[in-house]
Amino acid sequence: MVASPLPTECTPQVKHPSGAAIIAAIKAAGVGEIVALPDIVTSDGLLWPISRDPEFRLTRICKEDEGVSICGAMSYNGTRAILMMQQTGLMDSLNAIRAIGVDYELPVVMMVGLQGKEPHLHPDQSASYGVRIIRPVLDAMELSHSLIEWPGDEAHIPQAIEVAYATSRPHIFLVGRAPEAS
Amino acid sequence: MTMHRDAALKALIPHVREDDIVVAVYQSCFDWLALNPRDLNYVAVGAMGQASSHGLGLALANPDRRVIVLDGDGSLLMNLGTLVTIANAGVTNLYHFLSANRVYEVNGSHPLPGADRVDFAAMAWAAGYASVQRFTELDQFSAAVPQVLSSTGPQFVSMELTAGAPYPRDYAYIHSAQARASFREALNRR
Repeated sequence: MVASPLPTECTPQVKHPSGAAIIAAIKAAGVGEIVALPDIVTSDGLLWPISRDPEFRLTRICKEDEGVSICGAMSYNGTRAILMMQQTGLMDSLNAIRAIGVDYELPVVMMVGLQGKEPHLHPDQSASYGVRIIRPVLDAMELSHSLIEWPGDEAHIPQAIEVAYATSRPHIFLVGRAPEAS
Repeated sequence: MTMHRDAALKALIPHVREDDIVVAVYQSCFDWLALNPRDLNYVAVGAMGQASSHGLGLALANPDRRVIVLDGDGSLLMNLGTLVTIANAGVTNLYHFLSANRVYEVNGSHPLPGADRVDFAAMAWAAGYASVQRFTELDQFSAAVPQVLSSTGPQFVSMELTAGAPYPRDYAYIHSAQARASFREALNRR
């Protein structure tokens, strides 16, 4: 686990996205299956509320690459799912994503908390190596990705999921700030 | 006496229904494809160790079908957490058969770590599968298959076996778009 930097008096205060809006956007995209390992960035604002929401079935997994396979296999009959995890798990799952998402052209949609990222900084500017390399790695793998940081960023979620399933390709949402529960 | 894999798979074939999904990996897959080609064979597991996770996704998304996983022991060792995930997922339609030949057969037949003592059935039992069984004799395995497949899942069967007839390793097919398209079409036919 990567330690989150402690805020100082000089750390700019920033607004955070709405967890409720993210969940509503996921539902609007027709997703009813959540496959997840806990991630501290998305824990309070997303995963705990999802775990209590009867409109979702939550499958808790032991390792992230399991989730890539589960979501990919579900897609064969059109079942829509989201795999939630931390960026360390994303890195651990790259071969599964390469094979199942890219080589097999399956719509594996992932929502990844950028644990250790400074809320006021863009991921590419993070002091955390593990955070800073995420987007370049995804670009190198030619994987579609988008950032959820500000209030309002939630709005693009349904369309991105639609495109992932319409084109049968993976998409990765990078959550750069802990979503507010409301 | 030890079972040969092709004999064990042949014993399984009469009990596989037309609408069952069969997820098979590596040499078990190649053997199965030769012995029982069918559209609902799911062969595109992509990364080693992932067959049972694909099986779980299919079982969750297709609760009206039985999902039969033909796993390998080296593969399972790469994804042991899958046993706990499957046992905890609430699926009752997943049947996990393990070809326990104790070697990485398609990678040069090197021995598994702990090859002479790992108890896969005990692992599945400890993980919480509804029932687990271990067979070393073909006649006993053959006799048990109907009961296994009529029981509430998840069920785990460790087949202690050795390689049988050398069926061709058609990697191009299992990774092909054609294989995935055939499966998808068959799955959504009804």
